[in-house]
Amino acid sequence: FILDIKFLFEMLDTNKDSLKLEAMKRIVAMIARGKNASDLFPAVVKNVACKNIEVKKLVYVYLVRYAEEQQDLALLSISTFQRGLKDPNQLIRASALRVLSSIRVPIIVPIMMLAIKEAASDMSPYVRKTAAHAIPKLYSLDSDQKDQLIEVIEKLLADKTTLVAGSVVMAFEEVCPERIDLIHKNYRKLCNLLIDVEEWGQVVIISMLTRYARTQFLSPTQNESLLEENPEKAFYGSEEDEAKGPGSEEAATTALPARKPYVMDPDHRLLLRNTKPLLQSRSAAVVMAVAQLYFHLAPKAEVGVIAKALVRLLRSHSEVQYVVLQNVATMSIKRRGMFEPYLKSFYIRSTDPTQIKILKLEVLTNLASETNIPTVLREFQTYIRSMDKDFVAATIQAIGRCATNIGRVRDTCLNGLVQLLSNRDELVVAESVVVIKKLLQMQPAQHGEIIKHLAKLTDSIQVPMARASILWLIGEYCEHVPKIAPDVLRKMAKSFTAEEDIVKLQVINLAAKLYLTNSKQTKLLTQYVLSLAKYDQNYDIRDRARFTRQLIVPSEQGGALSRHAKKLFLAPKPAPVLESSFKDRDHFQLGSLSHLLNAKATGYQELPDWPEEAPDPSVRNVEVPEWTKCSNREKRKEKEKPFYSDSEGESGPTESADSGEISRAGDSASEPTWGLLWLTPSLPSYFPGFSCSSVRQGEVSRLGLSPICPISSSEQSEEEGGKRKMKKRKKVTEAQGDASSSDEGSDSSSSSSESERTSETEEEQVEPASWRKKTGRALSPRCLMTLAEDKAGTGSLLAHFHTGPPPPLQLLSPGSGAGRQELLHRVAGEGLAVDYTFSRQPFSGDPHMVSVHIHFSNSSDTPIKGLHVGTPKLPAGISIQEFPEIESLAPGESTTAVMGINFCDSTQAANFQLCTQTRQFYVSIQPPVGELMAPVFMSENEFKKEQGECSLGLTGRGLSTVHWGSVNSRCRHAAGTSPHSDRGRPRACACSRSFTEGGALQ
Amino acid sequence: MIHSLFLINSSGDIFLEKHWKSVVSRSVCDYFFEAQERATEAENVPPVIPTPHHYLLSVYRHKIFFVAVIQTEVPPLFVIEFLHRVVDTFQDYFGVCSEPVIKDNVVVVYEVLEEMLDNGFPLATESNILKELIKPPTILRTVVNTITGMEKGETHRELPSWVKALNNLLPAFCLIPISGSTITAEIQGVIDACVKLTGMPDLTLSFMNPRLLDDVSFHPCVRFKRWESERILSFIPPDGNFRLLSYHVSAQNLVAIPVYVKHNISFRDSSSLGRFEITVGPKQTMGKTIEGVIVTSQMPKGVLNMSLTPSQGTHTFDPVTKMLSWDVGKINPQKLPSLKGTMSLQAGASKPDENPTINLQFKIQQLAISGLKVNRLDMYGEKYKPFKGIKYMTKAGKFQVRT
Repeated sequence: FILDIKFLFEMLDTNKDSLKLEAMKRIVAMIARGKNASDLFPAVVKNVACKNIEVKKLVYVYLVRYAEEQQDLALLSISTFQRGLKDPNQLIRASALRVLSSIRVPIIVPIMMLAIKEAASDMSPYVRKTAAHAIPKLYSLDSDQKDQLIEVIEKLLADKTTLVAGSVVMAFEEVCPERIDLIHKNYRKLCNLLIDVEEWGQVVIISMLTRYARTQFLSPTQNESLLEENPEKAFYGSEEDEAKGPGSEEAATTALPARKPYVMDPDHRLLLRNTKPLLQSRSAAVVMAVAQLYFHLAPKAEVGVIAKALVRLLRSHSEVQYVVLQNVATMSIKRRGMFEPYLKSFYIRSTDPTQIKILKLEVLTNLASETNIPTVLREFQTYIRSMDKDFVAATIQAIGRCATNIGRVRDTCLNGLVQLLSNRDELVVAESVVVIKKLLQMQPAQHGEIIKHLAKLTDSIQVPMARASILWLIGEYCEHVPKIAPDVLRKMAKSFTAEEDIVKLQVINLAAKLYLTNSKQTKLLTQYVLSLAKYDQNYDIRDRARFTRQLIVPSEQGGALSRHAKKLFLAPKPAPVLESSFKDRDHFQLGSLSHLLNAKATGYQELPDWPEEAPDPSVRNVEVPEWTKCSNREKRKEKEKPFYSDSEGESGPTESADSGEISRAGDSASEPTWGLLWLTPSLPSYFPGFSCSSVRQGEVSRLGLSPICPISSSEQSEEEGGKRKMKKRKKVTEAQGDASSSDEGSDSSSSSSESERTSETEEEQVEPASWRKKTGRALSPRCLMTLAEDKAGTGSLLAHFHTGPPPPLQLLSPGSGAGRQELLHRVAGEGLAVDYTFSRQPFSGDPHMVSVHIHFSNSSDTPIKGLHVGTPKLPAGISIQEFPEIESLAPGESTTAVMGINFCDSTQAANFQLCTQTRQFYVSIQPPVGELMAPVFMSENEFKKEQGECSLGLTGRGLSTVHWGSVNSRCRHAAGTSPHSDRGRPRACACSRSFTEGGALQ
Repeated sequence: MIHSLFLINSSGDIFLEKHWKSVVSRSVCDYFFEAQERATEAENVPPVIPTPHHYLLSVYRHKIFFVAVIQTEVPPLFVIEFLHRVVDTFQDYFGVCSEPVIKDNVVVVYEVLEEMLDNGFPLATESNILKELIKPPTILRTVVNTITGMEKGETHRELPSWVKALNNLLPAFCLIPISGSTITAEIQGVIDACVKLTGMPDLTLSFMNPRLLDDVSFHPCVRFKRWESERILSFIPPDGNFRLLSYHVSAQNLVAIPVYVKHNISFRDSSSLGRFEITVGPKQTMGKTIEGVIVTSQMPKGVLNMSLTPSQGTHTFDPVTKMLSWDVGKINPQKLPSLKGTMSLQAGASKPDENPTINLQFKIQQLAISGLKVNRLDMYGEKYKPFKGIKYMTKAGKFQVRT
């Protein structure tokens, strides 16, 4: 071996890379086998600057392993890494930082700190990720750096790349999990990024968010009963208030019920919604993380979704099964109904390892109910014949638990167990005796026969626990078996010295009880037993004997206690409750190590209880949208489908990025109020009385309603107020960017999240003071509620294209060139790229149709000929007015065509074929809800009239308007009477407005 | 998070160790060995073992225990999932994951482990990324080359049209029928993909009958929203082999079980001989042959030996473990395979009261028992025509017959 080492020294000293590599390989192999290679340190360290990348990698591996032991020598390598940190190649920067931070040498802490800080603002997200990884390393080396590290964490938390998110949250959890305030600003971003983060990061983020949600939101279960009755009442109540008209601010606030029904914070909802798809993850850890999140955070009605995913995990490796079953066992106690449909998935196979079998049995027992007990018992019967004796014993216990829990089957179970008493296997018999004892305690009177049968068993059965149980039973119910009991005692007295301790104790018990009830026959026997016990080796038994003797045998002094001996020994005892060992485990966070071990693990963080009062939700509002120069951002922006389009064509990613800074001050008064504004999280805290109005908010968003009218473009150019809106819209686009995770931005879930975000961004810029002013008159998101209530018809309600009384309504100038959405990517289209925009106008040919501008551009090098719409396959009701065929499109040329689509008041996609002479492409246009409404201009009176009509239409079920008495205003109005409303849907109107006069309210 | 990893073989030797933070002494594994002794069988070793200062989380695969040492609270599945991922990665790298292979490639293994975790937190766990960082051993690479006739690198540079996309559909099912009626049966399946395409191909895979799928889980590359709205798998595949989709077909629309087992196992109280007879036959296989049939059964302890004659295939009975195994091979519907004979029981002992369970393994090529069919696989984003292929297969899961 020494020769070997010498040889390695020589190899490392040569100039040949191949020899060096060979030497390093041998060294690493030594390390891997756990052999000490630290003697080679000086020779290896020399090679840290080696040009060969393979050698270098192995040297790094070696360094990280041994630097701690040879600190002085390790310092020689530092300068190499410092150089590496400045390398233009991001991979080299990252690996330098990684190794530097992995060298556990306290002297270099300041250097590490500096390197981390620098890397945290590196251009490359990969380097930033490495920086996040380095944080806990440095922290474990020197915890005094905490404050500085927190600063870095705060900075990295604001990072918008998915690559960094998981790592930085991990660092956060290790360094400063108590600084929950750092999360506020990043909460929504984290929720939205979650689906794109890598799996390991997802687990960490989800578990952190679970804790966060527990501190920031209200329990969704606390007020569930209230929710049932309240909305109705509150609804009518506020209707009256509104009827009083403007100026009744006080009335409005006081008249509303003081009771505050539960309102799910939209951020809470956001979390639940964004984690749900992750139940489909291939990673068991992610699925479990989401499951625990739902279990701890979701309203009762929604927890059920996790059952299927958890059952899926049961088909995975046995270690995964083991952990999942532990958690299912805990959940199934609290929420039995959740897993009942999957009962059969918990059936036991003979090939399962014993620990899995026992856990499955636990779950089966928890799931047993009045209805399924026959099946469960039949299943148990087969288990009893298993060859795995531990498992059989557990099955008998399980039968006992079923019998205690479900009264109906108690007798059946008992009979079954009695039959088992004649089983050939002693363990089975013993276990049955123990269980029978527990069952008999519940109704002893009827079961004299069984007790007699058990008494006979004392001759044969040897298992101490079983013998003890039988003796206890006979003693306890000696009046039911008056003849047998003394005889049993006689036999036991004979064999007393040979018994186990536990049996001896029960013999003493039996003797004492018989002495009290039947002293004539048993006096001598008892004394004999007590004398034997007096000289027993075990002090427990000696003590018991002494104590019993004093109690039952009347001594000369006539002890006061012996008069009460009967009461002491023969007191009725409560029947034991057979409980699951998982009963109280749910105070540990599910899925955690502590839960699995049922003991607090080091570093376990308690899941906090729900707060009584929700903390201020506005802390989560993001103040300034920072446009970081991250590259991902750009990509995402390209993909996004803007919900709000900007008429001046400013929606391009670059321009919006330019308009970064928004001055917050002065914005407040001139904000437009949008329909959804009322659903913003902070509202209830400003106006406690109003909170009822957003009761249904959760539903609104779930249904994907987003009745926000687009701001028409024309006003925008007019003045400053408009500009601000534009900026805001950019924020919205940002929100969308976050929300639309990969590509489809316009399906219901993401559009609703957009709308939420919108409202949030909106709200944050409005100061509470101005809110107060507004609320006096303006109110009522109830229309939304109504929409939400009308679940069946939501689709059609959403999309009513206004065709009401056309003449008085003047359509606002339509937007053109608004945010383009991709219809056909140029790659998929073989050079033909097709985008579309909604022009927000009825189609000229047919007023029921929305006009859609289709932009073709040919990026191939051959002309594309004969562009037309092929036979469309449309869902019922949707119709298309095709655009005229485009004869030819030269390379590099673009053209625009207009087509009309009647979406029939739904958000269903219109699918059709786009044909060229040679190819056919299947494309689909799915309208965002907002695009189905037309912007109109009307006076206030007209607006009121419209509104009145709407409310009539809805017959008091609610409508939403915002009316502002004094301000003459431009309203954008989108309302609906649909000519196709053949289903007889009520009309709905969602209104919103914007102010052009900057200071109108002040 | 994860402090260290020890690889322990079945005879209790630690043959590899890797530390991601400061070194944890090997002696921590003593707790593991204790637990291993207590559990009679390897799979009964508890996956989580608490020790005074550490927690040991282990998985057992390919006769190797992968024991992770952790110090603080961490979701146990996080670690277990990671350990399985390590095993999968080794398998991907070396073709098999066994002790000799790991010992032979110890440097690569060590480097891979180094890349997979940083300070105990997963860094790169996708095998295609890892392969770019650390090359798989060269011998294997050449083997792969001769088999597929191309090297990945070359494909990318020179032969952009030589590409291959192969999909395996492996609906396996898992059931326990009792003599007569089926107790429970379910179909679970996976779609494994082998994609070797250059550039950034965007693939979509659609099914004829996606409604069959009751529960699915995806590879992270699959776009969830597209699936939600259109029931189409749309993804940009990673290079190489990966599991695209795992699915479950609900028990309600269960397809008929393709085999049946007739059995007659009887012990008599008086005599020391018992009768044993098993016949396996096909049932609704849509004309496909059932292959690779293996029947195993754990006999009761009282059985001393068995003298059996199979009509086809070979059988073995291990008198120590009492495991009967019969390798049947293909089932010929005209001449059903059977195994008949006698069991000799312990003289004087009463007849065993437990009945053996019969386990069955089999395969059916070119048939997806679930009825799931792939409609089409399209590629967007690249101009060449890929080679596409699909292979259906049915494999028995935990098929057990209670007697």
